[in-house]
Amino acid sequence: MDPNSRLVMEDSQRTLTPYVTGTSVIGIKYKDGVLIAADMGGSYGSTLRYKSVERLKAIGKHSLLGASGEISDFQELLRYLDGLILYDNMWDDGNSLGPKEVHSYLTRVMYNRRNKFNPLWNSLVLGGVKNGQKYLGTVNMIGVHYQDNHVATGFGNHLAIPILRDEWREDLSFEEGVRLLEKCMRVLIYRDRSAINKLQIAKITAEGVTISPPYSLKTFWEFSAFKNPTAGAEGSW
Amino acid sequence: MEAVKQGSAAIGLRSKTHVVLACVNKAQSELSSHQRKIFKVDDHIGVAIAGLTADGRVLSRYMRSECINHSFTYESALPVGRLVVQLADKAQVCFLPFDFVLVVLVLGSSDFLLKLDFCLVVIGSSFGELWRDLETRDTPRSRRAKSLQILQTYCLTRVAGHYKINNSVEVCTQRSWKRPYGVGLLVGGLDESGAHLYYNCPSGNYFEYQAFAIGSRSQAAKTYMERKFETFDSASREELIKHALFAIKETLQGEKLKSSICTVAVLGVGEPFHVLDQQTVQELIKSFEVVEEEAPAPQEPSAAPEEAAAPAAEAAAAPMEE
Repeated sequence: MDPNSRLVMEDSQRTLTPYVTGTSVIGIKYKDGVLIAADMGGSYGSTLRYKSVERLKAIGKHSLLGASGEISDFQELLRYLDGLILYDNMWDDGNSLGPKEVHSYLTRVMYNRRNKFNPLWNSLVLGGVKNGQKYLGTVNMIGVHYQDNHVATGFGNHLAIPILRDEWREDLSFEEGVRLLEKCMRVLIYRDRSAINKLQIAKITAEGVTISPPYSLKTFWEFSAFKNPTAGAEGSW
Repeated sequence: MEAVKQGSAAIGLRSKTHVVLACVNKAQSELSSHQRKIFKVDDHIGVAIAGLTADGRVLSRYMRSECINHSFTYESALPVGRLVVQLADKAQVCFLPFDFVLVVLVLGSSDFLLKLDFCLVVIGSSFGELWRDLETRDTPRSRRAKSLQILQTYCLTRVAGHYKINNSVEVCTQRSWKRPYGVGLLVGGLDESGAHLYYNCPSGNYFEYQAFAIGSRSQAAKTYMERKFETFDSASREELIKHALFAIKETLQGEKLKSSICTVAVLGVGEPFHVLDQQTVQELIKSFEVVEEEAPAPQEPSAAPEEAAAPAAEAAAAPMEE
């Protein structure tokens, strides 16, 4: 083996760039628990290649994980978490891992991978309810983690968080929460090129986790400016 | 087990929200200091030991590292029940004073045979289940015969670490450098499901208790607690400590209870595990004894001091149960 090919082999073992990626995830706390929304798109670079990617998954009894970024790394994370939850269930002793524990565990995993220069190329939103306590946190690929009443990843940080900062309240009802999330998702559909108009919203309460079936939002494209797009600058070809 | 019985007494009791651990600290001589028998494992777990205190220190160090690792990864307290199970498993793997050789087929590969008794240390206790099964069914002699037979027909492969396997099947089974942990542990802790008290034997068994006592003359304390344990669940913190001190008093068999010979530690909801300092303990003893002295006065003023210990406790119990 010549030294060059060896280097290539080593590098291909590490994540250098993401390939199939998901776009933003938005999460908010509301009166009875946590709501998290994500669309179902998996982009292959600039192509919207996959249109039914489930980016929200329930973890154990109390938590839900939403991921943006590399989909294969998200699947890897789900395998880690499967093992973790299984191990937790095997104890069979009345204790269970809550969202705080899962979030902390994910932080450790993400940070450790980053230290080995082989990151899991994701930004994660982790929400859950345990013993009446609502929890919403985020971790990203370099291990930055925090909790808040509303979090978002990717483009959501720029387009959704300002809306949430203005309009989020402690005592949002379920309908109000969904409406707020849909408002943010609509902006993302219009303005984020990797977002598609097919989304899921997940609800986590003390009763458990439910993920809605995929649905679309009504959008409006009949702006007069769209009717004759080249009106301002007619080209010859 | 014997080592535990000969160590000085340690008792533990719990209510729904608090756990109290107490022990008798006899110094070797007037000049020396007391041996520490109560250790803080984490803010929400403490342990009292009886037996070989050196082994107790090793185990409490292990428990501390388990708690800290869990806190670091999950940012939450390790549930006591899980710690206790891990502790019990540790007893199984570390010592194997059995006179037999266990041979097992490793899953998935084409007939490997590993000599397992000390491989367990390296491979892990997953094989321990199989091993324990065989152990209970066969006698050592029949096990040995069976395994020697199998050994003769297959060739043995590597065993990680310590020693080589002889093809002549001269296997040594007892290890002179391994022995069980000679200490009994009373682990008291608080987690989401409430307060817990566990007792871990050197054998690897563990049990959960409302109240328990271990060490020499612990039977006296157990008798006292058996009379009172029904009130423990709903007892207040102070009542619980009082019961603990009385139980310790029982094990002293007439000797005067002073804070210099006992140690008391408390943990509970909103109260991290901590050992009460001598002054606090002495004040508590005084306050309990005041009530106690009042009671025998109308009853048996002429009772001999040793006999007064039992009836005094009994008489004192009556006003306190109000």
